[in-house]
Amino acid sequence: MLSEAFAQGKSILHRLDPRLRIVFATLFSFLLAVSMGFPTLLAGLTLSVILVLTSGLPLKDVAKRLTTINIFNILLFLVLPITFAPPPAFLLGPVACSREGLLLAARITLKSNAILMVFIALIATMSIATLGHGLNRLRMPRKIVYLLLIAYRYVFVLEQEYQRLSTAIRVRGFVPGTNLHTYKTYAYLFGMLLVRALARAERVYQSMLCRGFKGKFYCIHQFSFSSTDRIWAGYLLLTLILLGGMEWLMPTLF
Amino acid sequence: MHISEGVLSAPVLLSGGALTVVGTAIGLKKLDYDHMAQVGILSSAFFMASLIHVPIGPSSVHLLLNGIVGLLLGWGAFPAILVGLALQAMFFQFGGITVLGVNTLNVAGPAVICYYLFGNLVKKDSGMALVAAFACGAFSVLLTALMVAISLLFTEEHFVEVATLVVTAHLPVMVIEGIVTAFCIGFLKKVKPDSLPGFSGTPGPRTTV
Repeated sequence: MLSEAFAQGKSILHRLDPRLRIVFATLFSFLLAVSMGFPTLLAGLTLSVILVLTSGLPLKDVAKRLTTINIFNILLFLVLPITFAPPPAFLLGPVACSREGLLLAARITLKSNAILMVFIALIATMSIATLGHGLNRLRMPRKIVYLLLIAYRYVFVLEQEYQRLSTAIRVRGFVPGTNLHTYKTYAYLFGMLLVRALARAERVYQSMLCRGFKGKFYCIHQFSFSSTDRIWAGYLLLTLILLGGMEWLMPTLF
Repeated sequence: MHISEGVLSAPVLLSGGALTVVGTAIGLKKLDYDHMAQVGILSSAFFMASLIHVPIGPSSVHLLLNGIVGLLLGWGAFPAILVGLALQAMFFQFGGITVLGVNTLNVAGPAVICYYLFGNLVKKDSGMALVAAFACGAFSVLLTALMVAISLLFTEEHFVEVATLVVTAHLPVMVIEGIVTAFCIGFLKKVKPDSLPGFSGTPGPRTTV
């Protein structure tokens, strides 16, 4: 079942203005993605851990969300030191491990974890509806916001359709295997999902016309920027300046 | 298929983002509000596809289906896939903010290319349509894998091994996607022919399997 598990919460981060969170998360992600210095990356990681702890999210679930990228990171640690040609740092058994390779793998690991944790702490803690409205207030093109909100609204509907179709094929004795029949069945399943989705879209459009839709989308949700938001904006701006400064002054400390 | 955060370099992220913005702008321009609901719901269908696991040998893989999205939407594939990937980031934390541009380009670009290459062939009334649909599905996955590999290689030359791994891992997926696309398009032609842009209508005797 699809659910927005992290969006229900009562921490201070959940209550901050969504626009602030979106802007900060974006700036932080890009800043960290282009940084090279280990002091910057470690500081960024520390900050992201602090934010995750502040958000009050169950740490086990956060860790679960981080497993995919960390499996990839482990793969990098195994592959990169061996394949980087230049100066080998030490010998691990019969294999020469290069220093550059190790450092690159370490950098990527720090970056990906830090960026993803900030994403979880700040963005995954809002519902997609809030995200859509926040993006609209940040002047994203209306059509994209509208697409996001419609897609979000119908994801749950389509998931139920999929469950219904899935049950139907299992009731008819379908057992997935590596054969043509399986692929044909899944193809028809997806096709049926598309057909039902398109029919639904048609009905949705008709009902919108009945309610006076004239081709313009209005977003009436207002956000208020309170004093708490101002204080947090100050803190977060300071951290960004700090990280930027660290990167500028100490870009390569290794 | 999702490149995760922190792997790619700044030039790759920025150029991927810029190209995605261009593609999305073109897609949105061709999209009037009449078809907005359709694209949005197809977007969530694309998102659902990533939850469908298809067995392949001892493990299972989730399908990309950007070939089908391309055939159905043309340039509208860009905004649809952008939104689909944003939903995946929000629900499962696959991908992220900085790589959204590159990931969208890698998935939607091949979708649009395959739309232009195979769009007309798929509507024909012969067995050729089946072959074209298979080719569309397989080729779009191949192109996506290649673009992921190129993104990695432009970041760092020493990513050669990782890039090769990505492409070879997707070769069996290509075949399965081709098969699934072929059957799915055949199904759509029989059941809802007007879903394919420009398809005139009455299916002939040999358009389906």
